[in-house]
Parts: sequence; structure tokens; C-alpha cells
Amino acid sequence: MRAEPISMPPEQTPLAHIASDFAHSRIALAGLAMLSLILLAAIFAPLISPQNPYDLAQLDVMDSRLPPGSASSDGQTHFWLGSDDQGRDMLSGIFYGMRISIGVGLASTLFGLAIGMSLGLVAAYFGGWVDTIIMRIVDIQLSFPAILIALVLLAVLGQGLDKIIIALVAVQWAYYARTVRSSALVERRREYIEAAASLALSPARIVFRHLLPNCLPPLIVVATVQVAAAIALEATLSFLGLGLPITEPSLGLLIANGFGYLMSGKYWISFFPGIALLLTIVSINLVADQLRDVLNPRLQK
Amino acid sequence: MSVYLIRRLLQSVLVLFVMSLLVFAGVFAIGNPVDILINPQADQAEIARATAALGLDRPLWEQYWVFLEQAAQGNLGKSFAFNIPAIQLILERLPATLELATAAMLIAIVFGIPLGLWAGLKPDSIAGKAIMTGSILGFSLPTFWVGLILIMIFSAQLGWLPSSGRGPTVDVLGVPVSFLSREGLMHLAMPALNLALFKLSLIIRLTRAGTREALLQDYVKFARAKGLTDARVIGVHVLKNILIPIVTVMGLEFGSVIAFAIVTESVFAWPGMGKLLIESINVLDRPVIVAYLCIIVVLFILINLAVDLIYSLLDPRVRMADAG
Repeated sequence: MRAEPISMPPEQTPLAHIASDFAHSRIALAGLAMLSLILLAAIFAPLISPQNPYDLAQLDVMDSRLPPGSASSDGQTHFWLGSDDQGRDMLSGIFYGMRISIGVGLASTLFGLAIGMSLGLVAAYFGGWVDTIIMRIVDIQLSFPAILIALVLLAVLGQGLDKIIIALVAVQWAYYARTVRSSALVERRREYIEAAASLALSPARIVFRHLLPNCLPPLIVVATVQVAAAIALEATLSFLGLGLPITEPSLGLLIANGFGYLMSGKYWISFFPGIALLLTIVSINLVADQLRDVLNPRLQK
Repeated sequence: MSVYLIRRLLQSVLVLFVMSLLVFAGVFAIGNPVDILINPQADQAEIARATAALGLDRPLWEQYWVFLEQAAQGNLGKSFAFNIPAIQLILERLPATLELATAAMLIAIVFGIPLGLWAGLKPDSIAGKAIMTGSILGFSLPTFWVGLILIMIFSAQLGWLPSSGRGPTVDVLGVPVSFLSREGLMHLAMPALNLALFKLSLIIRLTRAGTREALLQDYVKFARAKGLTDARVIGVHVLKNILIPIVTVMGLEFGSVIAFAIVTESVFAWPGMGKLLIESINVLDRPVIVAYLCIIVVLFILINLAVDLIYSLLDPRVRMADAG
């Protein structure tokens, strides 16, 4: 954000400026509202869910595969979105599943961002053979589709929450490395870096305190898009049976669970988790799309 | 040019070697396939016999060496589960995957270019905006999710199309294909559409961006000034110029269509090599996993190499930069 300070009203901070720019698009605001609701539902899942879907004592096989709107056999819970083959309330399953899906998406993006950002900055700042090696690895990795790399890693590592995060981090870091390197290469030639270097500041200080903040805007956009991509990829891998264990299902596993019942008309077991996944991904993408416009200095008046 | 070619080839061989090493070492680390393949009541001697028969009792580097030696002769090991050569197993499934991928590519091109042209020519019309919104959805929705919705609508609700499997096949030049019969086409329709969606969105975007850019060029203004009809300006002058990047990208994307077929094949139970991979991962059938990955890596390297070469032929700047 190198907007001219004179052109802004004095009381407006850069953040407020971004916020007011963001609010120009009504569809982006709707996306943000939807995303906030989803995040709240995920965070407060234990408080708002009708039942704890992981507590097997609360599940009753008698309640399995009930259509939406039916009451449980003991009359205590109401299955607003139906129940699955273990008698689990779909709505509770979805709230808890969103927790896992979004958690995995955020965690893998943060780790991937940290690794990719550091390597990209190092490559851009030092150049030479360091740059060549790092960017060659990035090139080779990006020439293969993300799903293939994640599949190979999961085939190798096995199942589990930590393993799927590792696989997603491995898939993502290259995008950040490439993004941050290309903007750092431009920023590196600017006077303020030269000034910092002539003050004999340490390379680490120059890279992280001076170079990095100026490379952030494109990185934020890529990271937002990548959270949605990571959630979609995790859902796909779980759907294929290679992601998370069945005991604590993410949205992808919930969908996979109901897939077998699709042809017998019991659509709700797959359909509602699918809608939850769709809303999550689309709302993140709407927000990311507007962020891209807001944070792009070239589009600013 | 030949220096460039040799360097690219060497690099490709290196990538292949590193991949095979990583995959082999990694795949070795997961579980013990003997546990899955053998009867749980088997005694110690029987387990030892099975382990020896599969060559799993030898040290890791020796197994890798045997693997490399045999791979060089086109032998990638025998499938534990099917007891036939892994490469044969995969090649048997290859036609189904290629048929699906080709059909998806065709759908993407046949629908993507006209839709992209439309969106590029009339970016502010309702249709143009609808096309772009659709392409954003096509980009962000997971493939398996769309497949599921397709099955729900066209199989479960309407009952128009079969939800799984491949129709009857006919041999054409020794290759089994299913698109020649009505039954086969009906089986092919949904998986192909599902797989096409992502590439369709990509082509729409590329075509739209290319069209918008081309319309501002002098040659288009000149063609218009000459009094050529709109159809000729767009159909000949604009289309010809935007096709070059589209063809290049499509070439590059063919490999990723084959990789993404893993998901589509699993959703629609399409008997291709992607579904085979998932099944093999689930039963720890190591030779098949390694063979699949080797084949797909070779495929990717060949595609990338071919696109690189075509690029350097078309664009002399690439050659100059690399020669220096």
C-alpha cells in the first residue's frame, strides 16, 4: 500500500481505507457475511450443535438414515437435516466437520505460507545459486498437479490429521515462494532497501522488516485463495478415503459417507455437507476476489 | 538448439530418477503388504515364505536396485494383489482413462472457445457476466462435488444416465473404446462433463482475455476499417491469434486432466488407471503405485518437454535466453 498520504483524509488509517474499498462490492460483503457465519458456526460448534457427533454414546442405530425433519426415537433430538447411517445428526456433523475442514485449511496455509515466504524471500534477496536451486524445485513441483503430489505424499505417509496437513503444506509452499519472490525482486531494487543496506542493517532485518511488509499484499490474496483450495483438496482426499480417519469426519468424509446412499434416494447424507463445503469455498473466493482488487495498487485511483 | 535439447533431456532424466527414488523409499515405508494379502491365521513360516516370494526380505537398497534394473527393461514389478505385471495392469486401464480425458478435452474446447469469445466480445452483457460467473464456479468447486451433484440430478432424480461404470466396448485397431455405441456414450457423458468442467473454465477465461486484448490491436481495427464483416474479423483474424496460447495451454493441461481423472474415475467407478491407483493405495499394492507414478511422471516430462520445444520453435526469444 503505497497510496499517497496526502490524498487520504487525515483520520483514515490504511486499514480503514482497505475496509471502505472492500465495502464497495455488495457481493463481496455478502461473501464476508457468509464466511463470518460459517466461522462462528465452526468455532462454537460444541455450543450450538444438537448433539455431539463424536460421542458414540449419544448415537442410536435406531435413528440411522432418517430423512430431514424427523425426530429421534427417544424424541429428544430433532434431525433438521436428517441423520447418517450411524444415527448421527447431520447438522451437528456438519458444524463439527466444518471445524476440521476449516482448521486443516487454515493450519496448512499458515505453515505453507511461513515456509514458502521465507524461501521465496531468501531466493530473491540472495539470488545466485540459492535462487536457482529454490526456484528450480518450485518449477518442477508446480509442473505437477497439486492432487497428484498430495496423493503421493499420503500414499507414503499414511492417514491422519498431521499427515494431511503435511501433504497440503507441501503442495502449497511453492505458490507462496513464487509469489513473494516475484514481488521481492521488484522491491529489492528500490531505494529504501539500498538505504537500509547502507545503514549496515543485518540481512535478516532487511528481509523481514523492510522487504517483507512491502511484498505482503499479493501474498495475502494468494493465501486467501489457497485456504479455499486447501479445504477443497482436503475434502477431495478425504472423499477418496485417503485423508482423515473416519472417527472425526471432515466435510469431505461426510460426503463420502453418504455417497453410497445417493442412488437409493437418501440424498441428505451427502447433499447437506456438500452444500456446507460449497458455501465455505465460494464465500472465501468471493472475499479473495475483492481483496485482489482492493490490494492491487495498480487499480487504485 | 541441440544443446538446449540435451540439457532439457538430462534434467528430465534427473527428475525421473529423483522421483523414482523418493516414491520407492516412501512407498516402502508404509505398512506391510504381507499383512493384508495373507490369511490372518497363517503361521510364521508361511509369512516368511510370502515375504521372500515378494522379495520384501531383502535390504531396501537391494530392492531399489532390482527395481531400477528391471524398470530399465520395462518391467516395473508384479502386482501383489493381481499377480500380473504392474505395467500390464496399468496399460490395460490406460485406454479407458485416455478416452475419458480426450472426451473431456473435446468438451472443454468445443464449448469453451465459443463461450469465451462471447464473454470477450460482450463483457458487460448479462450472458457475458453469467459465463464468467459460471467459470469462477467451475474453478472453485471440487471435481468430486460436481460429480456427486451430476449423479444426484441425472441418475437418482431423472434416471437419464447411468451413475457408474463404462459401457460396452468395441475394439478399434486393438484398443477397446466405448464411445461408438449409444450405451457407451451414455456412460461416458457424465464423467467426461465432470472432468471437463475445470478445463472448460480455464479455456473460457483464456479465450475471453485473449479476445479482449485482440480487439484493441491495430490489426483488428484495420480489418474493420477495410470493411470486413464482423464474422470474418472475429472468426479469422481474432480467433487465429488467440488460438496459439490456448493450444499451448491445452497441451500442457492434458497431463493434469489425466491426473484429475483419479477423482472423476473414483466418483463414477470408471475403470481407468486413476481408480486403479486409489484401489492400490488402499491395499498397499506397492508395485502398482510405483508403476503408476513412474508412468505419469514420464508422461508429464514428455508433455512439458514437447511444449517447451514447440515454444522455443515459435518464439526465438526463449532460445536466445537459454543459449546465453
